[in-house]
Amino acid sequence: MKDNLIRLENISMSYGEKQVLKSINLDVRDKEFITFLGPSGCGKTTTLRIIGGFEHQTSGNVYFDGQLINDVPPHKRQLNTVFQKYALFTHLNVYDNIAFGLRISKTPEHEIKERVQKMLSMVNLSGYEKRAVTSLSGGEQQRIAIARALVNHPRVLLLDEPLGALDLKLRKEMQTELKAIQQALGITFIFVTHDQEEALTMSDTVVVMKGGKIQQIGTPIGIYNEPVNAFVADFIGESNIIDGIMNEDYVCTFGGKTFDCTDCGFAKNEPVDVVIRPEDFRMVMPREEIICGIVENIVFKGVHYEMHVKSGEITYLVHSTIPEVVGTFVGLEVEPFDIHIMKKSQPEEN
Amino acid sequence: MKKFRIAALPFAVYAGIFIVAPIILIFMYSFQGAGGEFTLENFTRFFNFSDPTYLKVLWRSIYLAAISTVICLLLGYPMAYILSKLPNRIRGILSFLFVLPMWMNFLLRTYAWMTLLERTGIINTFLSNLGLPTWDIMYTQGAVILGNVYNFLPFMILPIYNVLIKIDKSVLEASADLGGNGSVTFRKVIFPLSIPGVISGISMTFMPAVTTFVISKLLGGGQNALIGDLIENQFKVTGDWGFGSAMSVILMVLILAAMQIMQRYEDENDGSGGVLL
Amino acid sequence: MKKKLSPLSIIYSCLIFVFLYAPIAVLIIYSFNASKSRGTWGGFSLKWYAELFSNSDIMSALVTTLTIAVISAAVSVVIGTAAAVGIYYSKRRTKALLTSAANIPMLNADIVTGISLLLLFTFLKIDLGYITILLAHITFNIPYVILSVMPKLRQLDKNAYEAAIDLGATPLRAFFSVIIPEISPGIVTGAILAFTMSIDDFVISFFTTGGGVSTLSIEIYTMAKRGIKPEINALSAIMFLVVMTLLIIVNVRSSNAEKKREQ
Repeated sequence: MKDNLIRLENISMSYGEKQVLKSINLDVRDKEFITFLGPSGCGKTTTLRIIGGFEHQTSGNVYFDGQLINDVPPHKRQLNTVFQKYALFTHLNVYDNIAFGLRISKTPEHEIKERVQKMLSMVNLSGYEKRAVTSLSGGEQQRIAIARALVNHPRVLLLDEPLGALDLKLRKEMQTELKAIQQALGITFIFVTHDQEEALTMSDTVVVMKGGKIQQIGTPIGIYNEPVNAFVADFIGESNIIDGIMNEDYVCTFGGKTFDCTDCGFAKNEPVDVVIRPEDFRMVMPREEIICGIVENIVFKGVHYEMHVKSGEITYLVHSTIPEVVGTFVGLEVEPFDIHIMKKSQPEEN
Repeated sequence: MKKFRIAALPFAVYAGIFIVAPIILIFMYSFQGAGGEFTLENFTRFFNFSDPTYLKVLWRSIYLAAISTVICLLLGYPMAYILSKLPNRIRGILSFLFVLPMWMNFLLRTYAWMTLLERTGIINTFLSNLGLPTWDIMYTQGAVILGNVYNFLPFMILPIYNVLIKIDKSVLEASADLGGNGSVTFRKVIFPLSIPGVISGISMTFMPAVTTFVISKLLGGGQNALIGDLIENQFKVTGDWGFGSAMSVILMVLILAAMQIMQRYEDENDGSGGVLL
Repeated sequence: MKKKLSPLSIIYSCLIFVFLYAPIAVLIIYSFNASKSRGTWGGFSLKWYAELFSNSDIMSALVTTLTIAVISAAVSVVIGTAAAVGIYYSKRRTKALLTSAANIPMLNADIVTGISLLLLFTFLKIDLGYITILLAHITFNIPYVILSVMPKLRQLDKNAYEAAIDLGATPLRAFFSVIIPEISPGIVTGAILAFTMSIDDFVISFFTTGGGVSTLSIEIYTMAKRGIKPEINALSAIMFLVVMTLLIIVNVRSSNAEKKREQ
């Protein structure tokens, strides 16, 4: 537990009647890139703001480096934040924006100059010192906000959907750049996003949240390959989620056919959710023991084709690099280890 | 952020003493007789239908204010319309010029007309020099209306102009595209869309016109007293504060009622009739 | 789309323009007229300006007007800015309550505001005079400051204050080094507006004055009731110039700000 930097213990948060966080427990390791991922309203930003000290949890404890920091005000916490809309100070120029925190900590002016310039070159904006922040593009403002936070040498950087306002291309660039900065500086990044691809690309650890609860914590690969429930499976990439029955250990039934699978530990004939990734289906000649259906439509997606295959009541989403003509009767093959069995998720109040 | 709420405290205290308490006092005084006892006398005196002296004054105030407002509207709407048609750069400067007189000291603006209209004033000197008959308008209701129109015309132009410039050009193009010619577009599209500006122009003109006592005093002389003069008289001359307060209450109620009616229209356009430039 | 203006509209605009400006122009021109008579031009002269400045009543009224304008603007800027911030962060109920309180002096007829304050000062047994005019001016100026500052608060990035706190500023320091500078254009506009309103006011001063204290407006009213005085022409010319300058400043500021926002 030595490299644990931040620990959240039973954090709950309510605004009046409305409970937005339900007993969150989380350990953040030092120097890791951790991402809170979830749909809007899942509590990810609130969790971040509690760590930053901008909100105070209704109950539970926040530890920083082993110290309880529940009552430490934000300006005394050793972390800095990059806000969603950057929150740059429009009455100050680029230099003074970045120097803001250093001036407050009464850093000598020559050191400020040195550190500001170092930061500017790190975010590739050298020479921008005298510019008004309002004259900068969204991407440039973003970089200034990052520089303004990092110049204070925080141990943790909190980022609240910082790339949300950028266009796709710039977003991709910034993702790579942020990751590079994090690795170069060797500090902890806590990143909030609703974009699963962004989360998978950048993070060491992904925390998937929904309805004020943590659904799953894991590495990007772990979460993608072994989602713990249908929500995570569907949120992390598209998935087919089919009603099925677990006949016995390692055997399940869905779509009227019985399959071998790799899961066990369910009750006999327990109703379950069967999750299959669209790219895990292979299109083959129809035969008796596999699912067969008619190709309803096909859309070219760049790398692959996306097809809907209707079999009885169920429509399957299938990704394949080989196109199939609409109306063709096809068979869908799937390997036992690509069939993920999940407990039926209880109906969740939102 | 919550801790900043306390910053409103000085204002809350100040407003309590200097805004809310005085209004309560007006109501208190209006129900007080000469000896400080509770009475409705002040109101019954005003609404005395067998001797409608005061009601006549109220009627005159409303009547003169209404005529002034109509004239302002008739003069102001075309002006606002022309201004709104100008290219962006010029119209900023021009609309500024049209609003500028509104910021000139109100008394000086009225005083200026005294010097123009007087029997021996500039206009009459000019007329008699040409051998024409002089124009004895000073100290008539006409002079009061003229004073009102002059003082409040910018208050009419401005809100209408503000609404007109916000009308989406594509709406006009759509109308033309659908076959509306110039006058149809104006009647069916532009004018209906500008109604909120007209409403706020009317209230910004009518309200000060109905409550003024300066214009009536300086241009109307003694015989054309308005409700404002009556109120002023009770406080500055006769010292009947109860009656003065009662008339203020009546004026407030009148204005509030008018405001309520106006508000209904103005809500729809989010108060485009800004007070500023 | 843009058609050329018809000659009719040009003529119309000119007529309205003349109607609005002729009286002011006449006042200004006649302020340089050596003759006291209105009908005749007695040659160019600055004698009315000289008389204006040697008229002790007018000069003391000028001092009263300016000091009241400056002090009332300063006080209302402080109270009004604080109020705007407080109201902005208040809950809905408080917000609605305080906003309507601020609206009262703007919506009420000046004469009603004037006499209501007169009643208050009498009730509190405060002698009418300089102080009561000053208090009255602060009362009607605060709402204009609130009105000018509020939009700037709404434009403020919701996280700007948090960003300052996040960078180590104490709440108080964040307030003065971030919030105040960010909303300063609104504060300056509010100050100029308050100053102008104060100089321009007649009705409210008229009811709250006493003990021989008078502002320029009151002085003009008293003189005008007695008849025409050429010094007033000179005064008009000066006041027109001052007001115009102030308004141009306000306008240039706000149009600059708009241009900035458009970028």
